[in-house]
Amino acid sequence: MTAEPMPLGSSGPGTVEAEPVDPLAAEPPVVRRERSVPRAGWMVVARKEFADHLLSARFVVLLIVLGIAAAIPLYFVADAIRSAAPAASGEQALFIFLFWVAPKVSDTVSIPSVAGFFGIVAPLLGLAFAFDSINGERAQGTLPRLLSQPIHRDDVINGKFAAGLAVIGLVIVAVVGFIGAFGIIRIGIVPAPAELLRLILWVIATFVYVAMWLAFGMLLSVLVRRAATSALIGFGVWLLLSIFGGLITELVGGYLAPLTGSAEQVLANNSLQETIKRLRPDILYGEASRALLSPQVTDVATPATVGAYQQAQQRIPSLLSLDQSFILVWPQVVALVAITVACFAIAYVRFMRQEVRA
Amino acid sequence: MTSGPRLAPKRKIAPRRGDPSAVKRAVVDPPDELIRISTRGLTKQYGELTAVDALDLDVRAGEIFGLLGQNGAGKTTTILMLLGLTEPTAGTARVVGLDPARRPLEVKRRVGYMPDSVGFYSDLSGRENLRYTARLNRIPRDAAEEAIDEVLEQVGLTSRADDPTDTYSRGMLQRLGIADALVKDPDVLILDEPTTAIDPLGVTEILDLLRDLVRQRQMAILLSSHLLNQVQVVCDRIGIFAAGKLIGQGSMNELAERFGDGTAHIEVGFEFADAATAERAPTLLRAIPDVVEARPGERPADPWIVAVRPPSAEGRVRQAILSLAAAEGLGLVSLRPLVPSLEEIYRQAVARTLPAHAGAVR
Repeated sequence: MTAEPMPLGSSGPGTVEAEPVDPLAAEPPVVRRERSVPRAGWMVVARKEFADHLLSARFVVLLIVLGIAAAIPLYFVADAIRSAAPAASGEQALFIFLFWVAPKVSDTVSIPSVAGFFGIVAPLLGLAFAFDSINGERAQGTLPRLLSQPIHRDDVINGKFAAGLAVIGLVIVAVVGFIGAFGIIRIGIVPAPAELLRLILWVIATFVYVAMWLAFGMLLSVLVRRAATSALIGFGVWLLLSIFGGLITELVGGYLAPLTGSAEQVLANNSLQETIKRLRPDILYGEASRALLSPQVTDVATPATVGAYQQAQQRIPSLLSLDQSFILVWPQVVALVAITVACFAIAYVRFMRQEVRA
Repeated sequence: MTSGPRLAPKRKIAPRRGDPSAVKRAVVDPPDELIRISTRGLTKQYGELTAVDALDLDVRAGEIFGLLGQNGAGKTTTILMLLGLTEPTAGTARVVGLDPARRPLEVKRRVGYMPDSVGFYSDLSGRENLRYTARLNRIPRDAAEEAIDEVLEQVGLTSRADDPTDTYSRGMLQRLGIADALVKDPDVLILDEPTTAIDPLGVTEILDLLRDLVRQRQMAILLSSHLLNQVQVVCDRIGIFAAGKLIGQGSMNELAERFGDGTAHIEVGFEFADAATAERAPTLLRAIPDVVEARPGERPADPWIVAVRPPSAEGRVRQAILSLAAAEGLGLVSLRPLVPSLEEIYRQAVARTLPAHAGAVR
């Protein structure tokens, strides 16, 4: 297409001179489109990674695991809502009960709500798509080859992160869509617009939480040489938080603000524990999730003084509007985003400085 | 100007640019535009360790340059610096006229690289792996498919192209690695240990392919290897690397001249009529001017080795042996000059420049 000769030694399609070619191959418009829109390197990487994820066994397994985790509470909750619905006629936000009510399996035993199960399984989802992203590439010996292609080095990590985000977004939306559809059919209640908005905000918060674990997994894959080790560390941290997290906060809280019996001490201990809890991403997500889904949650913090405690007791139970709920948990969501950004930033910097060969 | 015949010129014998005779002249005084890789004082230090020490290197279009050295001699580090994958501590590098540390993308677009122990995505087929490389190089789809078919054919993998690469042998992976480096139709090819796992017949094919690429496309190839005989066969010029230093570079003859011990050798085969003749032979041979030694081979049937100093006298000595054998009835059956092997040169070069390393080089 260019009239002037190509510079000496330049490669690519441009150097082929207009020699007698078969007319079928002459499709200038197509060629121009493909050549004038050079796709960014990270998009090429992301496309390949996304396709790999979708075809991988872990994608199918996680979809099934998350589906089962959502289906169990869903089954019990739907029954409970159905039987309670006539009595609760006129109650606000009935549809969204589906997501946050912890159902009673028997008279004494109740299991976590759909949102609760999501909180437990979400880290798995994030870690599974990231724990071997960089060190797997190293182990296969594909990293030097990949980096010797005309892309920037950060295209690799950016593309992989983008692909991971796309996949977790897809999984979350698919599972939530499945739950919603099941709910509409099973309990026969169509969500009100406000409920739908709450649901969308909750999906976004869940996405951020999973993205945080994705970034953490990516950080591990940069720092740890073996994929198996990084998987182990990632799942170890997840188990530590979800099983021993409460115990640890209690121990630390008890050590720093011992319980002596006075009300002030109890409250001091309580607020200290809460501060410690706020460092844990799973608690942050739990609080955000609760407040976004349920308009009945009016406060995510326990009162820190005796006065505040009394005040809270005297408060008339009320429902919060969506924007009020959102304001309530805005700090939690921001904190989750901050952890995500921090993890990814460290992973990014370390990856950029690592030697290609190692 | 279509995407179709992108690789078509490769099939033609006519070079894409430049003129082969110009390349021959270039050996004496290389015009700048023919230099594809050039380094001056290129140095890389890892803490106290100097991996590459003040490297001066030139590789021209239309030649295969062999980088020879033990493991850890700095070959791979040099290559990574040429690709802009690691920053030099000091010195400069120019690849296709560009500084790889400053403009890595343009350099990498025009340089095909096959790393040492090359790896591929094991759940993708060979073809899919190459497709990914083509996409990363922004090669339009049709042109990419055509290029992939061609390079697979060139490395002899067409029949296995659609099998997942985890079913490939090491040698097949190396072939695929070469194909991968060729997909982007590069001006410079950098191959790090390209043939270590390929079977002998396959190696011949690959080396022929490299020669063709150089001849037809005026490509510049930098090849690192520790397989001396392969380097000797295929490379136009050779650089000997030891402990981060390039201790010698040039053609085989130049290296032999520089690092040889100033002695030429002639292999002489005899079938003696009787024991008496056999006993006379050494004395007769040593009597020829410029012959410094004549010794029988290690086994009785082996030819004799005659050492000549200075090497320039070698032709004259051969003629003398011929007439001597005829006159004395020695039963001469073969007579040929011994080409110095690269192994010998390499050993000499390392021993002379780095006495401490001589023990390690066997």
